[in-house]
Amino acid sequence: MSARRVVITGVGAITPLGLSSNQMWQGLLEGRCGLGPIRAFDASAFDCRIAGEAPEYNIRDFVPKSHRKATKLMSRDIELAVIASQEAVENSGFITKAHEGKTPTLNPTRTAINYGAELIACDLTEMAQSVKHCITDGKFDIHKWGQVGMPTLTPLWLLKYLPNMLPCHVAIIHDIQGPSNTITCGDAAGYLAFCEAVEMIQRDSADAALAGAGGTKVNPIGIVRQYLMGRANCASNDNPAAACRPFDAAANGTVFSEAAATLVLEELASANARGAKPLAEPVGWGSSQSLNTDYVHLEPNGQSMQIAIETALQQAGVAADKIDLVIPCGSGIACDDAAEATGIQNALGKAAASVPVWPIKSMLGHAGAAAGAIDLVAATLAIVHRQCGAAINFQKAAAGCKLNILQKPLRQKFNFVLCCGYSFGGQSAAVVLKAIED
Amino acid sequence: MKHRVVITGMGIVCPLGHDVPTFWNGLMTGKSGMAQTTLFDASTFPTQFDAEVKGFDLSRFVKHVDYHKNGNRGSQFVVGAAAQACRQARIDIETDAPADGIDRRRMGIYLGAGEGAVNDDAFFSALVDSWQEDKQSPDWTKWVKTAAAKMRPMQELEQEPNMPAGHVAILTGARGVSRSCLTACAASTQAVGEAAMLVRYGKADVVIAGGAHSMIHPLGITGFNRLTALSTRNDSPTTASRPFSASRDGFVIGEGAAVVILETLESAKRRGVNILAEVVGFGSSSDAFRVTDMHEEARGACQALRAAIADAGLTIYDIDYISTHGTSTSENDSIETLAIKTVFGEHAKKIPCSSPKSQMGHLIGATGCAELITCAMAILEQTLPPTMNLNDPDPALDLDYVPNAPRKAKINVALKESFGFGGQNNVVIIKRYSE
Repeated sequence: MSARRVVITGVGAITPLGLSSNQMWQGLLEGRCGLGPIRAFDASAFDCRIAGEAPEYNIRDFVPKSHRKATKLMSRDIELAVIASQEAVENSGFITKAHEGKTPTLNPTRTAINYGAELIACDLTEMAQSVKHCITDGKFDIHKWGQVGMPTLTPLWLLKYLPNMLPCHVAIIHDIQGPSNTITCGDAAGYLAFCEAVEMIQRDSADAALAGAGGTKVNPIGIVRQYLMGRANCASNDNPAAACRPFDAAANGTVFSEAAATLVLEELASANARGAKPLAEPVGWGSSQSLNTDYVHLEPNGQSMQIAIETALQQAGVAADKIDLVIPCGSGIACDDAAEATGIQNALGKAAASVPVWPIKSMLGHAGAAAGAIDLVAATLAIVHRQCGAAINFQKAAAGCKLNILQKPLRQKFNFVLCCGYSFGGQSAAVVLKAIED
Repeated sequence: MKHRVVITGMGIVCPLGHDVPTFWNGLMTGKSGMAQTTLFDASTFPTQFDAEVKGFDLSRFVKHVDYHKNGNRGSQFVVGAAAQACRQARIDIETDAPADGIDRRRMGIYLGAGEGAVNDDAFFSALVDSWQEDKQSPDWTKWVKTAAAKMRPMQELEQEPNMPAGHVAILTGARGVSRSCLTACAASTQAVGEAAMLVRYGKADVVIAGGAHSMIHPLGITGFNRLTALSTRNDSPTTASRPFSASRDGFVIGEGAAVVILETLESAKRRGVNILAEVVGFGSSSDAFRVTDMHEEARGACQALRAAIADAGLTIYDIDYISTHGTSTSENDSIETLAIKTVFGEHAKKIPCSSPKSQMGHLIGATGCAELITCAMAILEQTLPPTMNLNDPDPALDLDYVPNAPRKAKINVALKESFGFGGQNNVVIIKRYSE
């Protein structure tokens, strides 16, 4: 069986840099930082008071009339996924059920969806409206919860918070009836969802797929969790734009953001048949597991990153010195950056000193599950536009980091771009995208 | 190149037992895992019973209990299940120098795993302490004071659904492909199916696949109670799960973990390990209908069934047993029966199909793989597990549900189907191994 080739034919993203992938791209090229003081809730008493928030939107503008009622069942994570997917579909040129009144060109049963998601925090203000009925002597009373609290909660409450609802809503909106999966690998979910979607097309389970990830930790419970775990930067509340400093000697934790990104994948021949323009081709991917009983951070030698990258390069059949650009995880968490740099350096060998590395979380923040999908969209756009921006917040390399962090924007053809990421819990992944030959 | 995919080890921790022989014996002897809820005070909840894993002792399975002591219930259960499965497959665990002939870079993990339990004290106390009646919202300054004081970082981390896979990695040293999925009640069927694809298409030689989940906590039960998905037969927990019966009134929630070792046939032969069954087909689909209901004509379920049968290169006449999703909810059991009839036509009535959920409860994310293990045991023992509590059959549901007692049968091919809330459907087909 000759391998079916898979190409990217559409991208979409909602990030702190804008409501579209194009706005994100312009921001990244300009070196603009999308991070700022938290506005979503009063964070004045929180140790960490900064985040990357998405621009304001009205979700009803992003769904067809037939799905408007269902927007009531969407948590913010779901909304972000729906918005990014809508753009990706438009960008691909596919006509779907969402284009009411038009004949769809997307074949429902031959289209897959593979979406990354994470633990979704429930709306605490909504929950508090029910909990307030359940107080005895100033304490929560579970007996009252069963009797009078729980019944005040909306009947479909749970459905807003199931991680699999991201792809389920998108599948309903665009009528996607093929294989459907929800990858829940923490911060690596976007990468791993993308890899599996490519495999689904390769193995002929589908001819097209939506792949991506979405999520947010920008809510009271999400932010407090992250700083209690020691991942969030709590020392730069007065200077959010300088807070996230991947691979910099002064890195002091990451900044969390909310985002989603979606890519449309297609089997090459069917993309050509409908006249779609391929943007980039995933040619290699690999994943591994960090083995660290601390579970929060990467193992110090970055071995899982090394294995994931080596596997991806091997599958792509590409030597390390042929990689033109690396978009790393670069979270700004000092020990994780050090481990990742070691892993990349070991995987790329001598080439590591020269291959340009472009960390983008300094501008976008760490979008959790969505991060990997954002990296892949950025890599795709770098390939298409033959340019990329410079790192920001990088002044002095952290100890042990010998990577060539980009000091100025590049304008050149990128034949191969390597992206990589990892999660708390240990899942690690790398993807090599290749430019489409002229 | 396509590889044949075989099962070389199985492990389970569930309400009917903490190893496969005890679990299977429970199924064969009509045992029930249901009883009054003990994990929290559910005495005023609409549903006051469940199927809990009781008396689980991780030290029975592993040396380094300390590596997993902060793990959520699902993480702990799955470490126990994975340790059993690895022993059966002769995979070395808890060692830096494995001598089992498997390259750790070629060993993957794929779990269908759910979220860990919320820290109830921190969660509810913070809302109580911060409530502002005049503003009808929490005061976040007060909220964070209580939340930050009461939250324990590792318990917060353990709510993330990728954590069980992290624990299995520490146990086994697996360094290959690692994925987790959470497609609601279909998660671990999907995990095993996708894991089989990784092995078939050469992404790994061995994958530790399965599921882990516990939603038996106040917010989990609240969510399902509000959906009116759970049985409220509080006066009779052991007969409450009664799939395909006329008086079924919802599912009974369980918890647990189940793991199968998937391996290329070449690797299993080279290592000389016993082959339990072969994974031959996988199908996945999306209802694309409503997030609240299954498609009325079972469109998505039918597509997944047909895809799996075609993937296996089989016909409907080759399927000897269907392990149903069989939740005991009104909607599922009707639509599922319709799906089987639609795909199998007249032949449907000749295929025995049963639901182990009648005894072990619904393990949510972990349920698919637990039931897949019953399929493998059915093939190995040539015995069908029953649907218990089926005393008043629903006249509209007229398949052979193997009511109330196990049955000897010739079983060469068994099919496991699972359907998740939101419309994600998954089917895995396994076959008796022969050269």
